[in-house]
Amino acid sequence: MKVHVQTEVNGEAVEFLCDPTTTLLEVLRDNLGLRGSKEGCGTGDCGACSVELDGALACSCLILAAETQGRSVATIEGVATPEALHPLQSHLLKSAGLQCGVCTPGIVVAAKHLLEQDPNPTEEAVRYFLAGNLCRCTGYDKIIRAVLDAAAEMRGEAA
Amino acid sequence: MSEATDFKVIGTRPIRPDGVDKVTGRASFGADFSLPGMLEGAVLRSPHAHARIKSIKTDAALAAPGVKAVVTGADFPQVAAGAIEGGEGGGDFADLAGNVIARGKVRYHGHAVAAVAAQSRAQALAALALIEVEYEPLPAVLSLDAALADSAPLIDEGLMTSGLPEPATAPSNLASVIEMGNGDLEAGFAEAALIIERRYQTPTVHQGYIEPHACVGRWGQDDQAMLWCCTQGAFDVRSMTAKVLGQPVGSLKVIPSEIGGGFGGKTTVYLEPLALQLSKKSGRPVRMVMSREEVFRATGPASAATIDLRMGFSQDGKITAAEATMAYEAGAFPGSPVGPGTMCVFAPYRIANFRIKGMDVLVNKPKAAAYRAPGAPQALFATESAMDEAAQKLGIDPIELRLRNAVEEGDSAIYGPKFGPIGLRACLEAAAAHPHYTKAKDAGVGRGVAVGFWFNVGLQSSAEVHINEDGTVTVIEGNPDIGGSRASMALMAAETLGVPYESVRVVVADTETAGFSNVTGGSRVTFATGMAVVEASKDIIAQCCSRAASLWSTDQDMVEWRDGAVHPRPGVNVEATPLSLKDLAGQAGRMGGPLLGKASLNARGAGPGFSVNLCDALVDQETGQVQVKAFTAIQDAGKAIHPSYVEGQLQGGAVQGIGWALNEEYVYSPDGIMENAGFLDYRIPVASDLPMIDTQIIEVPNPGHPYGVRGVGETPIVAPLAAVANAVSASAGVRMTELPLSPPRVLEALDQA
Repeated sequence: MKVHVQTEVNGEAVEFLCDPTTTLLEVLRDNLGLRGSKEGCGTGDCGACSVELDGALACSCLILAAETQGRSVATIEGVATPEALHPLQSHLLKSAGLQCGVCTPGIVVAAKHLLEQDPNPTEEAVRYFLAGNLCRCTGYDKIIRAVLDAAAEMRGEAA
Repeated sequence: MSEATDFKVIGTRPIRPDGVDKVTGRASFGADFSLPGMLEGAVLRSPHAHARIKSIKTDAALAAPGVKAVVTGADFPQVAAGAIEGGEGGGDFADLAGNVIARGKVRYHGHAVAAVAAQSRAQALAALALIEVEYEPLPAVLSLDAALADSAPLIDEGLMTSGLPEPATAPSNLASVIEMGNGDLEAGFAEAALIIERRYQTPTVHQGYIEPHACVGRWGQDDQAMLWCCTQGAFDVRSMTAKVLGQPVGSLKVIPSEIGGGFGGKTTVYLEPLALQLSKKSGRPVRMVMSREEVFRATGPASAATIDLRMGFSQDGKITAAEATMAYEAGAFPGSPVGPGTMCVFAPYRIANFRIKGMDVLVNKPKAAAYRAPGAPQALFATESAMDEAAQKLGIDPIELRLRNAVEEGDSAIYGPKFGPIGLRACLEAAAAHPHYTKAKDAGVGRGVAVGFWFNVGLQSSAEVHINEDGTVTVIEGNPDIGGSRASMALMAAETLGVPYESVRVVVADTETAGFSNVTGGSRVTFATGMAVVEASKDIIAQCCSRAASLWSTDQDMVEWRDGAVHPRPGVNVEATPLSLKDLAGQAGRMGGPLLGKASLNARGAGPGFSVNLCDALVDQETGQVQVKAFTAIQDAGKAIHPSYVEGQLQGGAVQGIGWALNEEYVYSPDGIMENAGFLDYRIPVASDLPMIDTQIIEVPNPGHPYGVRGVGETPIVAPLAAVANAVSASAGVRMTELPLSPPRVLEALDQA
C-alpha cells in the first residue's frame, strides 16, 4: 500500500507516492530527482544526506518519507540563489574546502544551520557541530576555515 | 631542470573548474545516474569466512515478484591467470574474477555468491533471501600466524609459494616471498653500539571513502556494453570487466562519474561485471549500489602487517645494519602491497648492510586493495618507530639522527635506482626550524617526529587540447578528478599557452572519447597526465607558429611563441603584428582547420616524495585516550601547481594516518565476521577529534617534469602513523608498537609500565 504525501521541498509544494518504509533520502533522490543529498552510510553516521525538516537539522536517511506530510524540507538544492552562491559555498571554493566533494552538500547544509543558530561560532564550536559530517579527504582544516570565514562575511566583517 | 621558474598562473590558487557543481549538489556521482527501464541489483554475500559451496538453487528467487535475472559464478567464464598491468593494487585476473563472484568456495565473510536484478531494490533484496546455498563450512584463517602455521587450513589448495630459492613442493597460504639485501649484515650488527629489535603490528583498516561503490550497466543484443560508474580509472574498469566477462576490450565503453573518494580502493572492480551480466540476462539496464556495510565487508581493506625489525646504530647515530621481515595480509587472494612495502621500509636512509624479506600471506578476509602509498605506512611505522627509540637511547635529537642518515641526490635507493634531486634533507631542516618543533611542549605532551616516503609512479597518459573559435580552450583527459586535478590541468595548460586560467575548461572523458590513461593513482595524475597536457599544449603552439609563419610568408624558425602569441623573432625582418591564440583560432578555417593538439606518453622520471611530520599528543593517564594537540606536515612537492590542493593532500593524508594510528581497525569475531562494519563502530576521525593541520610545502623541482612536479597524493599518509605513535610513546612513557593506539591498548600499556 503506497502512502500519498503532500509536503514542501525548498519552498515548493510537492507530492509523491511512497512505501511506508521508504526514507526521505530515497524519495528526494529517486522520486523528486534531488540527488545532491548523498547516501554515505544509511545509518545516520556520515551526514552526507543532511537536510532541514521544519528548520531542524536531520539525516534524511533516518526520516521516513511519510513523516514529511504537511511539513517543510530544505535540501542542498535550495541553498544557492540563481544569482549567487551562499557565502559558505563560495568560501568552501576559495579555501579548497573540498577534494572529492561528495560530503560537501551535507557540510553546506549542516554549517548553514549552525550559522543560523550561532552567527559567531568559535573554531571548537564549528568542530563539534560538524562532528556528524564525515570527510575523508580534507582532514577538515580547510572546511573549518571556510565556515569561520563565511560566518565573518555574513556578519559583515570580511574584507 | 624545469624550463621556467617565473610562473604566471602556476602556483596561484584559483577556484577549481568543477567547484560550483560540487558545492551546489549538481555534480553527478556513482549512485546519481539512472536510465529509463533500469532495474536495481543486489548481491547475495557469504555468511561464512571460509566454506565450500555445495549447491546453489536460484529457481525460487527467479520466480519472485519483480525479479528479472539471477546470476551465480556459473554464469561467468573461467578466466586465465595473468598479471594485471598498470593498476595500483597488483594481482591477477583469475583472482580478480574469483573475487567478483565466488566459484566453488567462499573465501571471506561477504564474498559475493549470487546477484539479483529486480524492478525495485526492495524486490531484489527480498529475492536474495530465496536463493538457497548449501555450504560446507571450513575453518577460517584470520591472522598471519594462523595462516603460516604448519597445519593451517588452505585458502587456495593450489597455491604454491613463488619467489623461493627452490620451487615450493606443497601448497600453503604463503603466496610469495620477496628478498633483497646488500653488504654484510652480521658485520654491520657487530659494529653497532645500539641495536633496536622489535615487532611492530598494524591492523586491517579501510580506505573509508564516503561514497560507496556504484554503477549502472547496460548490455546490448549486439554484445556492445556500457558502464557508468565511480572509479579511479575508467580504462582499468574496462580492461578488468572485459576480462572477467570474456569480452573484447573494444566492446565495452566506461563512463566515469564524479568520484566520492577512492584512496586506491576504487582501482579495481566488484559490482561492474555483475551489473553487466545481469543486464545481459534481463535485457535491461541494471544499477548496483553498495551499502556501507557491504563496502566494509567486501571491498579493499588495507593489509594488516607484522614487521620484525632489527636496526643497528653506531654511537654517533649512523645506521650500521638493518633487517626487516615483513608479513602482509593479502586477504583471500594473493596481492598485498608487501612489494612496495619492502621498497619503502629503509628507503629514506643510507644503509650499507641490509636484508629485507617480504611475505604475501592469504587470510580469510576481503582481498586487500590499494590504499594511498600501498604498503608504505605499515613499513615506515616500523622504521620510524625504531629511529625514534634509537634517538632517545643515543641521546641524539630525532631530526639530527635522521639527518645523519638521510639519502641525498646521487645515493642509490635501496630498491635500485639512483636518486635525482630529492627533498628529504630540506624537509628535515625545515622541520628542525619550524615553530612547532622549536616551541616548548605543554605539560604531559609527547612530541613525535617521523619521515614519510613514496616513490611515485609515471605510467601512461593521454591528453587533447582543443582551441575553440574564440580562443578559449578545452582540455580532454581520462583521469577522474578525485581532489582538484581539473584545476591543476587547467593551470598547466594556461601557463603553457599563455592564456588566462578562466579560459580553460577540463573534461574528464569516457573510454571512447579520451585517449588511454592509466589509473588515477600512484600520485601520477598531476605529474604524468599533467605532462601530457603540457605536451598537447606545446603541439598547439607548434601549429600556431607554423600557421603564422605561413601567413607571414616566412620560415617557422623565424617566429617564436611568447606571452600567448606568435611573434616574429627579434631581428627578423617581417612586418607583422603578433598573432594570439584567439587570432589564430578565429582564422582556423582558412589556415588548415581546427587547432587540435594531442599527446600520449609513458611518463618516466617521477620524482620520489619525502615528508617529515611533527605531532604533539597528550595521553589521558586515566582513560588511555589520546588527544592530538598539534600536527605539522612538511613535504616536498617538487612544484605545487595549485598550493591549496597540495596542502589539502598533506592535511587529508595526515588525518587518515592519525585515524590509522589511533582508532581504526577491523574487529573480527573468532569465526571471521567483521563486528564493526559501519561508521559508528569503525571510527574514522571527525572534526572534533582534531586540531588544525599545519603544512609547509618544500619545492625541490623534479627534472622529470616540465614544471618540476613530483607526485604529492600518497606520501602524506606514510609518516603520521609513527609520528603519532612516537608522540604517544613519549607522553605515555611507554614504547607503543602495535596500532591502533586505542584507549584500551594505551591503558594496558600504562598498567604494565
